[in-house]
Formats: sequence, C-alpha cells, structure tokens
Amino acid sequence: MSVTEREQRAFIAAAAADARVNVELETEGMTLNIGPQHPATHGTLRIIARLDGEQVVAAEPVMGYMHRGYEKLAEVRTYPQVTTLINRIDWLGSFANEVPFILAAEQLMEVEVPPRAAWIRTILFELSRLANIALFLGDMGVQLGALTPVFFAFRDREFVLNQIEAVTGGRFHPNFDRIGGLKDDLPKGWIEETRGVMVKMRTFCDELEDLLMGNEIFEARTRGVGVIPADIALSYGLSGANLRASGVDWDMRRDNPCGLVYDQLDWKVWTHPDGDSFARYWVRLQETREATYMVEQMLDGLPAGPVMAKVPVIIKVPAGEAYVATENPLGVMGYYVVSKGDLGPFRVKIRSASFNNISVTPWVMRGVYVPDVITILASLYFILGDIDR
Amino acid sequence: MGLVESGKMPAPLTKLLNIGRKYSLWVYQWGLACCAIEMGAAFGSPRYDVMRLGVIPFPASPRQADLVVVSGTVTDKMVPSILRLYEQMPDPKYVISMGSCANCGGPYWDSYSVTKGIDQIIPVDVYVPGCPPRPEALLEGIVLLQERIANEDMTARWKGDPIVVG
Repeated sequence: MSVTEREQRAFIAAAAADARVNVELETEGMTLNIGPQHPATHGTLRIIARLDGEQVVAAEPVMGYMHRGYEKLAEVRTYPQVTTLINRIDWLGSFANEVPFILAAEQLMEVEVPPRAAWIRTILFELSRLANIALFLGDMGVQLGALTPVFFAFRDREFVLNQIEAVTGGRFHPNFDRIGGLKDDLPKGWIEETRGVMVKMRTFCDELEDLLMGNEIFEARTRGVGVIPADIALSYGLSGANLRASGVDWDMRRDNPCGLVYDQLDWKVWTHPDGDSFARYWVRLQETREATYMVEQMLDGLPAGPVMAKVPVIIKVPAGEAYVATENPLGVMGYYVVSKGDLGPFRVKIRSASFNNISVTPWVMRGVYVPDVITILASLYFILGDIDR
Repeated sequence: MGLVESGKMPAPLTKLLNIGRKYSLWVYQWGLACCAIEMGAAFGSPRYDVMRLGVIPFPASPRQADLVVVSGTVTDKMVPSILRLYEQMPDPKYVISMGSCANCGGPYWDSYSVTKGIDQIIPVDVYVPGCPPRPEALLEGIVLLQERIANEDMTARWKGDPIVVG
C-alpha cells in the first residue's frame, strides 16, 4: 500500500509537533554581560545575567561606573556651589534636583520664600519633569524596536528645553534656584509661549498614544512583562511612577508638598493596578499630560511680587539637620543636610530614586527571557547619574 | 591598499580617498553622562540631524567605526573599557572628546573617582568644551574634523595639534 503525499505530509507535521511539545531541548548555562556601555542601559549600567537557554536564572546589576563622589564633593563646596553639582545627578530633569536641597537649606535658615518664587519654582519643576519623561516615552519605543517615537520625543523635548533656557539660560543645567528664591523673574512673553508649548506636549502625548498604545507588538512585549506586585515594590523602596504603576497611590507632590504649590492646584495622581512594563509606560504618559495641565493652571494663577527674599550676600546656614524629599521625575529624591554653621554643608546624604528603583532588578528579572531584560530596564527608567551619584 | 601603506600615494588619489573618508564617518557613540543626551539630540533628533553631514551614528560595533565620541564623565572604573574598545577600532581612527568632564574633569576636578581628561588614555583629535556643549558645538567639532580629514596626508597622520572648538 502506497502512502499518499497527503498522509506523508500529515505524518511529518505530527512528528514535528511532537518534537516541539514533548522533546525538551537541552540548554546550557551561560553568563551574559550587558554593558557597561550599551544603548539600552541609559548610560553605564552593567548587568551580569546568568542564562539557562534564553531564560535568565539570575541577574545582577553592577553599579559604580558613573560614581562621581557627590556626597564627598558637597562637603568642600559652599551652599551656592552645591547646586551647580547636584544639577548633574539626574541630568534630564536638572532643575528638579536643586529644589529639595535648596528647600532643606531654607528650612535650616528659616527663610520664607516669596509666593511668586514658589510658583515659578513649581512651574520649572514640572517643566523639567516634562523634559525628562518625554525622553522616556520615546526611548521606550526604541528599546522595543520602534524607531519613530524617539524622533518625536527629541523634537518636542526641544520646545520644553527652549522654555527652560529662556528663563534660566541653561538648556540642561539651569543652576537657577537660590536660597530664598530664584535668580531672576520670568522673561517677557514667556507665559504665552509656554502655553503654546503645553499644547504641543499634549499633541505629542496623543501621537505616542496612537503610535504605541494600540500597537500589537508593543502590547505583546510589555503586557505581563516584569510584573512588580505592590508589596514587593514597597519593600524594595520603589518610588515615583514605578510605584504608582504597581497600584500604590503615593505621590510626594500631593502628600507632602513642602514649599511647592501643588496643594493649590487641581490635579490627579494616576495609578495602574497591573504593575507590569505597560503599566509603567501608561502611568508616565498620563503624568506627562497631567503635568501640562498643572503648568497651565500655574501660569493662570501666578501671583505678582518679588522672586527673592532678603538673605545675606554670604550665606551661612545655622547649625542643624534637615531632610527634605520631593517627587522628582524619577521618584522620590531627598537631601539630608547637616550643617555646623559654616559656609558649606558638613554632610549631605542624597537619597536618589533610581538607586532604589534599580535594586528590584534581581527580583524581577528571575525567569524572564533575554529580550524582556531590555523591556524591564527601559520601563523601570533610571538615570545612571541618579544611581551612582 | 599597499599604495597607502607605502606612503607614495599620488596627491589626486589622496584627495579622492579623503573625500570618501570625510563623508562616511561612522561614529561609535560612547555616551556616558549628561553629554550623551546632547549627543543623542545631535545624532538622533530632527532639529540637528547629523546625517546631513555624512556621518552615520549607528555602527553595530566599534570594529566598524572611524570615529568615537567620548561624551561625559569618565570614571576610573570606566577607563579600561574605553581603552579596550578604542583598541578594537580599525585605523585610521579619530576621537572627539565632548564636554568638560571628558576634556579635563570639569566640575569634578577634585573628585576621587573621576579621570581628569580622556586624553590621558587615548589620543584626542577634537575637544568640544561646554558643560554640556550644545548639539551645535558637537556638529562644529565634526565639521572641523572633516576639514582636517580632507587635507590629511595618510603618511603624516599624527602630526598637528588637536582642534579646540570655539
């Protein structure tokens, strides 16, 4: 009896299916080194991953490639000089780094900031948040193989940087915050221009939503990848959008505004119950849009008056200790300042968000596949300067 | 290319070769700190768009690159990796040092962990000062480097002082 071609094909297909299902291919252990210089690590993070086939058995982040010794350097700088340094911790949202340190110094000096200075501070804080997260929104696309979003991100981020530059004179490192207020007032016509930029940023958010949110590949690669439950997120000390994406409703802007004017605005804290990479992207996208509305409200309610309180020319901070934390673009950033009454701080302890955010990687990367490592790293969103300091 | 190595290249041929090298610079990006973002803005953003200068910023490996842009703070821990990947690049190779940190240590001049200048480790062709330099400054550095490549005699590769932008 001759075998027909059809039967032969069916037999081959069944055998192939059997081989796929029943035969477990033997996999070898392997150590994969990612970084320290890799575009997916946003700088110089190094990840040592032990693999079994294509699955990660254990992953360990190696830090310190960007350690610049901030806490030691701050001991030999005066208070106004420290802001120049700490601009460069989180280099995407530089102005936001200055604010908690200056607030801590003001707390020690018991200086009351004029209301206009507090409002402009909050506006610039939110603008640096926009500049920071806009790049994440585009960059996450690149990590997953979509090249278009990052061009949009760089294009629209320039408008925000222009606005920051118009006020402070620096695209990246403004060094604009002073103890007792701000260096200067807003330039003429800035408020109207900023309104236009906020509209552009909202269009940018809509475009990215169109490009990525409904995209099947994007959803397949992010949904259910790198799930961090709420209790794990809290125990590892995650903060910012990473924590809110795990369903924890915690935002320092609302819970402890300490000197900034968030309590006078009408806004919403966005959370997502899933805790996966998609949720982290979604929360950041909503926060970007929320930030544009917040800036518009602040532009409407901007009070008149001086931008600088009366402070001595040579600043000496009285002895004492203060800790101030704010909700920076990457998460909670705090400065613990110890003063002994000198021109410079005696000791500055910096609590930066990314260090804690990255500490969850060994937990979350166990058992994921190699391409998901990149997804998780991109969605956790850290800045190397913020980790190593 | 025995002709190039012999050092007896006729001038018109050198010029032709140099035009080819000038407009197909493959840049390996060594992005380290803040300057990496400005470098990204120069290389990847529609406003600055480096590709119109004939620069291709996305080689897969340093072994395909002609130019490396070291942008950002170089720490002592990072130096061995930079040296290793620089040595993997094929000759003729060029180095742009971008930003104050890579030039001389910048604001971390008294830090215990920062290398004060990448020129202690690898030869630098163009220094781009600034903290961080604007993307335009990096583009000017690349244009100046292209000018140098255009007039370069292959046998006298390492003569001349490095360029300083601005």
